[in-house]
Amino acid sequence: MALLITLGATAGFLVLLTFAVRARTEFFKNLDRRWIFLLMLVAVAVPVYVIGKTKETFPEKALPKAQAVFDVIEELNEGDKVLLAFDFDPGSEGELGPMATTFAYHCATKKLKMYFIALWPIGRQMIDDNIAKIIEPDFPEMVYGVDYMNLGFKAGNEGVINVIVTDIKQLYTTDAYGTDIAAIPMMEGIDSIQKMDLIINVSAGYPGTKEWVQYAVTPFPHDIRMVAGCTGVQAPLLYPYIPQQLPGLLAAIKGASEYESLVINKYGGDDISGKYLEAQRRMGPQLVAHVLMVLLIFAGNIIFFVERKREARS
Amino acid sequence: MKRNVPLLLAIIAGFVMIVAFFIPYTVSWGEDVSIWFDILASIAFILGGGNLLKVHLKKVSDQAKGWGYSIITIVAFLVMLFVGLTKLGVNPNPQFPGHGHWAGQYNEVGSPFYWLFESVFKPLQATIFAMLAFYVASAAFRAFRAKNMEAILLLATAFFILLGRTAAGVFLTDFIPEESGYSGLRLENITVFIMDVFNTAGHRAIMIGVALGTASVSLKILLGVDRSYLGSGEG
Repeated sequence: MALLITLGATAGFLVLLTFAVRARTEFFKNLDRRWIFLLMLVAVAVPVYVIGKTKETFPEKALPKAQAVFDVIEELNEGDKVLLAFDFDPGSEGELGPMATTFAYHCATKKLKMYFIALWPIGRQMIDDNIAKIIEPDFPEMVYGVDYMNLGFKAGNEGVINVIVTDIKQLYTTDAYGTDIAAIPMMEGIDSIQKMDLIINVSAGYPGTKEWVQYAVTPFPHDIRMVAGCTGVQAPLLYPYIPQQLPGLLAAIKGASEYESLVINKYGGDDISGKYLEAQRRMGPQLVAHVLMVLLIFAGNIIFFVERKREARS
Repeated sequence: MKRNVPLLLAIIAGFVMIVAFFIPYTVSWGEDVSIWFDILASIAFILGGGNLLKVHLKKVSDQAKGWGYSIITIVAFLVMLFVGLTKLGVNPNPQFPGHGHWAGQYNEVGSPFYWLFESVFKPLQATIFAMLAFYVASAAFRAFRAKNMEAILLLATAFFILLGRTAAGVFLTDFIPEESGYSGLRLENITVFIMDVFNTAGHRAIMIGVALGTASVSLKILLGVDRSYLGSGEG
């Protein structure tokens, strides 16, 4: 029924548009791009406002890749060690921030030991944000150095992975705050990242998931397991690594939303804070923006065909 | 000398990395080379900063087109560098008494660096990235035309992915039961199929091609046949 109504509405819109384009071809052909910018602004702003007011989100159905990420983390037991590599910056925070939040929340809820690390210079700030936003206020019982720690940023991209995959202390003599690694209880017995039970990478580009897969997972397939979340443009490039090197992948805000719904449905309860629903809330603007894009592509093609027909006639 | 030393370094480093990958006994050699690389990468930050200053100072001195933006770049760079390096407004770290504010965290909450990062850098970078949506919409309207069969296939794929990656995908084809034999026709499942089959197959083929090409170029560099990375040797 929904499909019929939508198809009917779309057909009606296209017929109207065709008439309008025929009547004012020059206007549509040379349409000022600021009108399109305005349409996009409205398409994003209205859902942001409505969802902000009503706090309602669209129902989310987890697809296999997000389910796999959730299942891999679910398989871990209390006290298991997880390396959280935050390789993103504020530019991609809109897409990756919610999944980073949910990863930290999921790990903290399951009482996993979290080792934060960053290969992006700004990644260090993203880690600090996450600790300040999730762990400190909502898990005050967690102790720095015992339950979680921040290794911070190191320059060298895949060179860093190449070293810490066999000897972490060669590169990391202190944590991000200058404390001697030897004085941090949760670093006891950790000589390389092969000792981690899971690597979780949030990636916005290079260096990111591809480098973690190539330099950490591939040489040590039996010792290192990894799941990741990435931006939409990166996802197609990472699919070839699924499922052997990468059992699960969260692709952009859609993947984050699916994973978030799984985590919140299991652990969230009724009075969950809005910060843990950000991915699902951001699906609203994404829906309207995508529909607008589809309509714009239709409109552009109607103009193209009307013009071509006219040229053929003349 | 100017070309032979870098060439020798590249050849040694390259062969050490290959040997370290295949022979467990030599893993520590590979680690050493990787650490040299990490040290060089750190020094590259200083070179990058110097280069940024050089390029923009020249632009200001020549009063080239857009030199006003260069002034903003230089000022922003120097302010951030000064605030971060001097740890301005940072509180002493109780863990390291006697070192004053130098032992504190440069990005401590409430410090000037924190304020600059949270209130200036973060919103600016997020804004630049968000502007993509506007330009992509405009480009889709103007350039995405069904001119031939390839373009039609691309358009159809774009529609499936655009709708299938939102709640519209579930909503539009909700009438097909999940348990039925036709569930593959649900929009979200078509999206998964496109990504898993067509996309993965295409990308695997590209990756294998790129890997073979990289191996061949790497071998040329290691054997000293390709020396283009050393530059022309002039200047």
